[in-house]
Amino acid sequence: MEILQHLFDGFLIAFQPLNLGLVVLGVVVGLFIGAMPGLGSVNGVAILVPMTFLVPPTSAIIFLAAIYYGAMYGGAISSIMLGIPGASTAVATTFDGRPLALKGLADKALLAAAVASFFGGTLSVILFTGFAPPLASVALSFGDPEIFALMLLAFATFVGLSGDDIPKTIFSIAIGLVLSTVGFDFITGEPRLLLFNLDGFLNQINFLVLAIGIYGIGEMLWTIEVSRGNSTMSKAVITVNRMLGNVKELLGTWKIAVSSSFLGYFVGILPAAGATPGALMAYGVAKMTSKNADNFGKGEVAGVVAPEAANNAASTGSMLPMLTLGIPGSPTTAILLGAMVIWGITPGPTLFVDEPELVWGLTASLYVANLFALLANVFMIPLFLWVLRMPFTILAPVIFALSVIGGYAATQRLFDVWLMLVFGVVGYLMRKLDYPLAPAVLAIVLGPIAEPKLRQSLMISDGDFSIFVTRPISGTITVIAIILILMPLFKLIRDRMRGGSDRAA
Amino acid sequence: MYVSRRVIMGCAVVAGLGAALSTFVSTAAQAWEPKKPVEFVIMAGQGGGADKMARLLQTVIEKNGWASKPLTPINKPGGSGAEALIHLNGKAKSDPDHTIMVTLNSFYTTPLRQPNLKIDIATFTPIARMAEDTFLLWVHKDSGIKNVDDFVAKAKAAGSDWVMAGTGKLQEDQLLTDFLNAAYGLEMKYVPYKGGGAVAKQLAGQHANSTVNNPSEQEGFYKAGDTVPLAAFTTERINIFPDAPTFKELGKDFVYLMQRSVVGAPGMSDEAAAYYQALFQKVFDSPEWQDYRNKRALQGAFMTGEELKSYWMAERENHRQMLERMGAL
Amino acid sequence: MRRAELTTAILLAAFSIYLMWKSAELPIGWLPGEGPGGGAFPFWLAAIMLASCVWIVINWFRRSSPPSQSNQPFMDRDAVQRFALVGGGVTAMIALIHVLGVFGALPLFLIYYIRFLGRHSWTTTLAIALSAPVVVFFFFDVALRVIMPKGYLEPLFLPLYDIFL
Repeated sequence: MEILQHLFDGFLIAFQPLNLGLVVLGVVVGLFIGAMPGLGSVNGVAILVPMTFLVPPTSAIIFLAAIYYGAMYGGAISSIMLGIPGASTAVATTFDGRPLALKGLADKALLAAAVASFFGGTLSVILFTGFAPPLASVALSFGDPEIFALMLLAFATFVGLSGDDIPKTIFSIAIGLVLSTVGFDFITGEPRLLLFNLDGFLNQINFLVLAIGIYGIGEMLWTIEVSRGNSTMSKAVITVNRMLGNVKELLGTWKIAVSSSFLGYFVGILPAAGATPGALMAYGVAKMTSKNADNFGKGEVAGVVAPEAANNAASTGSMLPMLTLGIPGSPTTAILLGAMVIWGITPGPTLFVDEPELVWGLTASLYVANLFALLANVFMIPLFLWVLRMPFTILAPVIFALSVIGGYAATQRLFDVWLMLVFGVVGYLMRKLDYPLAPAVLAIVLGPIAEPKLRQSLMISDGDFSIFVTRPISGTITVIAIILILMPLFKLIRDRMRGGSDRAA
Repeated sequence: MYVSRRVIMGCAVVAGLGAALSTFVSTAAQAWEPKKPVEFVIMAGQGGGADKMARLLQTVIEKNGWASKPLTPINKPGGSGAEALIHLNGKAKSDPDHTIMVTLNSFYTTPLRQPNLKIDIATFTPIARMAEDTFLLWVHKDSGIKNVDDFVAKAKAAGSDWVMAGTGKLQEDQLLTDFLNAAYGLEMKYVPYKGGGAVAKQLAGQHANSTVNNPSEQEGFYKAGDTVPLAAFTTERINIFPDAPTFKELGKDFVYLMQRSVVGAPGMSDEAAAYYQALFQKVFDSPEWQDYRNKRALQGAFMTGEELKSYWMAERENHRQMLERMGAL
Repeated sequence: MRRAELTTAILLAAFSIYLMWKSAELPIGWLPGEGPGGGAFPFWLAAIMLASCVWIVINWFRRSSPPSQSNQPFMDRDAVQRFALVGGGVTAMIALIHVLGVFGALPLFLIYYIRFLGRHSWTTTLAIALSAPVVVFFFFDVALRVIMPKGYLEPLFLPLYDIFL
């Protein structure tokens, strides 16, 4: 009851004209930043921090949170429309969003993304409202072995992702992981894998460089070859009936939305993990539990719903450790944290007591931001479809240009733009030979989290691998992960034995 | 569509005129000002002490409108700051006047440990030392440890099972850990993490037994009563932690501070250096910065120019000796 | 297709070996009390890459993967031509960024593609090619302060910085 009272007070703050206006503005700005490949909520939030000195801290954090939220919705737009993940959190959204758009069903994918985001966002804000402090202590109980086990689980949910050819799938995962180690050994600080002795490799390969290369440039080259240079991405004309049909189909995915939201929220809370593994795991789980598993990756609505519900839930989730522990769960929250420090507010376990107005005003405005982002997205769908109706020979050069600019914006190094081109061309050639590329992108996202956690755990245990199974939480997760990894192998052996006897006969 | 064409025509005309004008004005030898946005490199990851400070500095400058062009912060944490140092070194040839960096003690240790990076910090342009941050020894309150004697007793009993979390191999935190191990005959195990914030969380979640965080990193947990400072690596007690003695009081003469400085790219022109020095002097004197210093018990006076350079050289020598004692060079 | 499959597998195997060799610059073994060394993670993963390449080659001999059964050419003439025109255009754009910066290279690429590959009218071409850099400048450089590279055209932008930043 006390919480409801607090929340009510929060809504009074959120509905002040200034704050309401800032939410609306923040969501719109965030949508654009998120939809631009290479830019994410980090850019928007970081740059707008100084501007927030014009308004009181509560309004400022409401504004920044609205940008953060808008950008999470916006990431899906470029994933679906351009096939380029706007941010690492939206990688999984491309897997099915892009095929849907190519089939002329972009409206369905966009609607699914908006509604799922709304659902995940709202559910997680409710969880946030009710259980922030106890969940924070759960987050703290995750040490290095637990996080590593979780990464293992994230990989496990992806075994068999678009992988008909087993050695090629393994190759793809391995090369993604190797590329993720380029730069420096984080423990000793020594340069590592300075490929061809080029100084540009002294930096870690940013995930976006690989993702934009493969999806922005590689996929476009592929589409141009397949379509013989001329195709229209979508001929869809929006009608009320068509939208109602979309809505009806969406309602059928509610179970996936619920489970993905919980999963995303929980993974998002863990400080080292963040929204990306959450979204990837939600996609993997949705595929595993779905009756239409074979249709995933070819344009399944549930494949858009799962990661979008999860990444929005996770982004709310990642605010929790920041507010309650003072530990950022994502780069964006790191900057929000910095901003709060500048305002003289100390995030941490006592924040809920010290600054109730800020905490509850923020919470209430998250509900408002979600609702507004949903409306903005739904009403903009016709506009997006109009863009997709443009001739391919106009859309294609614009996508190439956006890839190059976005690739530069991500790291602000021209070297990385060249690297992106190399990844694009190599990715295109490998794709022609049925090498699945999604696992490589997944690996380069998860690798930089997994490797340090593995090595830190082994340092703590003096190199004893049993640390992953003897601790209750990590043990449980590890066992589940191993079972999941082995499951397709059992299936494969079973199929082989049957298939083998067929062939022999 | 036609409007945008007209706009770009307009812009082109403005640009042309402006270019002509600016060459004209610059020959008239005005006081130097940045001509384009200034890159503000942060030698550490997002959310750590250096990052928070850099963003505060940027904000103070923007809020007061002290710079005609914006500072754009970029984090380059790779390889204990090697990424950032290489970046600045590279600017020496192309454009040394528009790149500055927030730095810490890895400014000394990283080039010392990796001579192959070919970085000589003596060539970097000294701009301003904004503060020196302090270090304390922290434990979790549930450990029941109240003072350094308890700590030594428990850590000794635990041997190498005692986990000390810190920020990267052979960096500040490990220097302190090594000092503790040597001074008290301990065998604590040092496990590196990616930043001070992550280290603080390891202690709060009791995944590590102790840390040597800065006050700003443990602030939240300390206020909530989760973590306890045992002793400070300073010359005098830190006013916000009056109950924590200094190691000097405990009979171990060891003081270690973390510089929070702003440094310019090598080869920066004297005019540009003077501009940034004046700018950060203003920031140093601002009420916002003084308030931040007081709240986080930052020490160290403002320092610039040759004075700052000789401070760097002395500190580099100091770190060389420490690393040599550890057998790291 | 068959030949391409084998060639690619061999090239990737060579790259894997290079990665293993390069990882070995750091300790790849087990450091006592510390677990795997800095090079161990990439070294063993590169070894897995190599193993998968060997597996792919075995599949090639057994003709069990789709590309190793196909007798179609890897790229027909038309595909090669398109790839050269489009890929070459993108490569040229990135190279030009070093010289003319984004704001010079971008319109040239758009004109090349829309007008000469797409055969759209000059009106459409110029409308897009000239408005794109303006939008990019105001969105990235001005609003978000992600400063785009300007190459040798930088002096032209200094007065614009004075006005908008």
